[in-house]
Amino acid sequence: MGKSFSTPKSLSDNYTHYCPGCTHGIAHRLVAQAIDELGIAGRTVGIAPVGCAVLAYNYFTCDFQEAAHGRAPAMATGIKRVRPDLIVFTYQGDGDLASIGMGEIIHAANRGEKFTTIFINNAIYGMTGGQMAPTTMPGQRATTAPAGRDTDQTGMPIRMANLLKELVTPGYITRQALLNPKQINKAKKAIKKAFEYQVEGKCFSFVELISTCPTNWGLTPVDALKWAEDTLLPYYELGDYKVPE
Amino acid sequence: MAKVLMKGNEAIGEAAIRAGCKNYFAYPITPQSEVAEYLAKRMPEVDGVFLQGESEVAVGYMIFGASACGERVMTTSSSPGVSLMGEAISYISAAQCPAVFVNIMRGGPGLGGILPSQGDYFQATKGGGHGDYHLLVLAPDGVQEAVEMTMKAFGLAEKYRGPVMILGDGLIGQMMEPVEFPDDLMTEPSNKDDWATSGMDTRKSDKRNLVRSLFLDPKELNDNNLALKAKYEQMKKEEVLYEGYNTDTDYKVLIVSYGTMSRVCKTSIDMMKQDGIEVGLLRPKSLFPFPEDAVFKASTKESCQSVISIEMSMGQMVEDVERCVKGQRKVDFYGECGGDIPTPEKIIEIIKGLL
Amino acid sequence: MQTEIKFAGFGGQGILLSAKLLAYAAMKQGFFVAWVPSYGPEMRGGTAYCTVVISDKRIGSPIIKNPSHLVAMNRPSLEKFANDVKPGGVIFINSSLIPTRSERDDITELIVPANDIATKAGSIRAANIVALSAFVAKTKIVDLELLKNCVKNEFAAKAKIIPLNMKAFDEGVNSANNN
Repeated sequence: MGKSFSTPKSLSDNYTHYCPGCTHGIAHRLVAQAIDELGIAGRTVGIAPVGCAVLAYNYFTCDFQEAAHGRAPAMATGIKRVRPDLIVFTYQGDGDLASIGMGEIIHAANRGEKFTTIFINNAIYGMTGGQMAPTTMPGQRATTAPAGRDTDQTGMPIRMANLLKELVTPGYITRQALLNPKQINKAKKAIKKAFEYQVEGKCFSFVELISTCPTNWGLTPVDALKWAEDTLLPYYELGDYKVPE
Repeated sequence: MAKVLMKGNEAIGEAAIRAGCKNYFAYPITPQSEVAEYLAKRMPEVDGVFLQGESEVAVGYMIFGASACGERVMTTSSSPGVSLMGEAISYISAAQCPAVFVNIMRGGPGLGGILPSQGDYFQATKGGGHGDYHLLVLAPDGVQEAVEMTMKAFGLAEKYRGPVMILGDGLIGQMMEPVEFPDDLMTEPSNKDDWATSGMDTRKSDKRNLVRSLFLDPKELNDNNLALKAKYEQMKKEEVLYEGYNTDTDYKVLIVSYGTMSRVCKTSIDMMKQDGIEVGLLRPKSLFPFPEDAVFKASTKESCQSVISIEMSMGQMVEDVERCVKGQRKVDFYGECGGDIPTPEKIIEIIKGLL
Repeated sequence: MQTEIKFAGFGGQGILLSAKLLAYAAMKQGFFVAWVPSYGPEMRGGTAYCTVVISDKRIGSPIIKNPSHLVAMNRPSLEKFANDVKPGGVIFINSSLIPTRSERDDITELIVPANDIATKAGSIRAANIVALSAFVAKTKIVDLELLKNCVKNEFAAKAKIIPLNMKAFDEGVNSANNN
C-alpha cells in the first residue's frame, strides 16, 4: 500500500505565517495538489497579492511573482500574453481583488484572459488588521466599522462570482467554501477544473473560496467555521455560476 | 536602408520592433496615441503582442508581468498616464526587471494640455513613484534620435535590469522627419535564466525564480536598495550622454537645454553668431545620469560669465544645473509651458539681457 | 538656406497630405526636412495647418512663427496667417473659396481656383494636389518631376485614382505658369 497522505511537491516545507484556524493553508494545499496532479509545476507562475497571502511565494515551489495591491490580474495578463505556454494563477484576497483591484479583475475576466484566479473571500481585511472589506457582511464589526457595517453608508457586500458571471465573455466562475471536509473536496475539484480549463486554453477561470479569519472576526477557529456557515453562506451561495460550453 | 519620412510616434513603435521587442501594452492618450495605432497594425505582422489595457495602472503591471518573464516589452504614454504608471515603475525598479517606458510629454499639472511640454523632468529623473529608485532617462531632440534611443533602451534595460525611460515631448511625437533604423543598434537579448519567472521547464532547472519587491527584513531591504544604488552609480560612470554646440568658441553665456527646446536654442545661437555674439549650448541627452562634469566644465570655461537653463517648464532641470555649476557662475532660468514653445527671437532677447 | 511653408485649410482638404508630399520630395532631393503639424481638438473639423521646413543643414527649431510661404486653402487660413509670411514670400490663394486677397505688396500672390480645377479634372478632392503642384511650379522649391513621382507613389495602393491626381497635378502646374 502506498503513502496515502503527503505534502504536495508544489508546496514547500516552510511553516506558514497564517493564524491558527485560518483556511489559507487549505487553499494553498488544494492549489498545489491541482498543480501536481496536472503535472504543470515546471511551467507554472503564481502571482501573490498584497494581503495575508503576500508571502504565498514562500509556500509554493513554482516560479512566483509578487504584485502590487489588486494588480495581480494585470500582471497575469502580461505573462499570458507574452508566454501563452505558461500556466498562470493569481491568488488574491477580498480587499485586494474586490476593492482596489476591481478594475483589473473585471477587465481581465472580460478579455477572457486564460489564467486562473483563486479568490479568498473571508469578509474582512486580514493583514492590515481587520478593516472593512467590500465583502464584509451588514452589521459585521470591523476596525473601520466599529459599530458594524452600515449598508446605508457603504452599500451591500459585493458578490464577485455573481458579478463576473454577468460578463458575456465565456469563463469558468464558481464559488466554493473551505468550512468542512465535504466542501473542501468540492473546492479541490473546482480548483483542478479551473486549471484544466487553462491548460486547454479554454477560458478565464475564477474560484471564489469562502474562508475564515478567526483572528479578525474575534472568534475561535471552531466558532469561526460556524459563523461562516450561518452568516456568509446564505448570502454567498455556493456552486458553479458559469461553465464554458 | 533608405530614409523614410515618419512621425515620431510611429518611428518609436517601429524602433521597438527593430530592437527585437515584440510585446507592447498601452492605453490611448494624446499626444502619443499614434504609437498604439501603429503597433496595433505592426505587431500582428511580426507575430508580436499588442494589447490595449483598461488603464495606465493596469498597463504598468502588464509590463511588469511580461518583463518578469524575461521578455522584451514596451509601453508608451503621456504625462497623466505616466503618473498612473508611477506605481508599477516603482515596483519594477525594486524587483529589478528590464522594461522600456516612453513618455511623450504634454502640459501639466492635472489634465493640463495636449501641447508639448517638459514638465515631467522631476517625475522622470527624481522618482515619480515612491521609494528610492531612479530611471535611466534618455531625452531625444528629434525623430531620428528618438529611434536610436528607443532601440538602445532595450539593451540598457537588460544591462541594468531596470526600467529605462525615453522622455520626449508632443512635438517629437507628432512631427515627421526622415529616419533610418540602424541595424547595429539591435542588441541580442541577454540570458535571464538566473532571475526571470520563465517557467522552470523553460530553463531546464529545478530552481524556481521569484520576482518580488517586498523585503520585510530591514537588512534585506537595505541590501536591495544598495544594489539599486550601485547600478545608478554605474550608470553615472557609463551612460552619461550629452552634446556641446558652439562650445569651442569663447562664449559668454552657456545655455543648458534638452529635447525640442535645445533645437530652438541652436537656432538662436546661429542667429546670434551672425551678430558676433557667441553663446554655447550644453545639451544633456541622458537626463539621468545627468552630465554633471560636462555642465561644470562648460560653465566654468574662462570666457563664460553666466549659465541659463532653458526649458519648456517652470524650472525643473535648472535645479540640476545649479547643483553642477557649484556656485561658480550665476545660473538663470527661462521657461515657458502651456504649449507655446519659446521662439528663437525670444531666447535671443533673454540671452541679450544676460550680457 | 532654409525655407518654411505653411499649409492651412479646413480639416478634410488634404492639407497634411500635400505638406507631407512636399516634405517627402524634399527629403528625396537630399534636404533635411521636418513636417510639423498642429494637433489636438482643432483637428476635428476645424482649421488644419502644418508647416514643412526644408533646409540644406540640420534643422534647429522646427517651430516657425514666420514662414517663407503660405498655401491658404480657405478664407480663415488666409486671414489668420497672411501677415505672418516673411517679405518676399509666395502666398498661394485658393480663389475657389477665397474671394479676398492678402493686401500685402511685399509678397507674391499666386491665385489659383484649385477646387474648380480639381472638379474639372475629375474630383474636388484633388484640390490639394492642384495647390501643391501650382505652388511648387511657382516657387521651384523641389523638382517638379520628383514631386509628381511622390504623388504617384502616395496613391500606389489606390491605382484607380492615380490618373485623376496626375491630371490635377499637371493642371496645377499649368495654372501657375499662366498666373
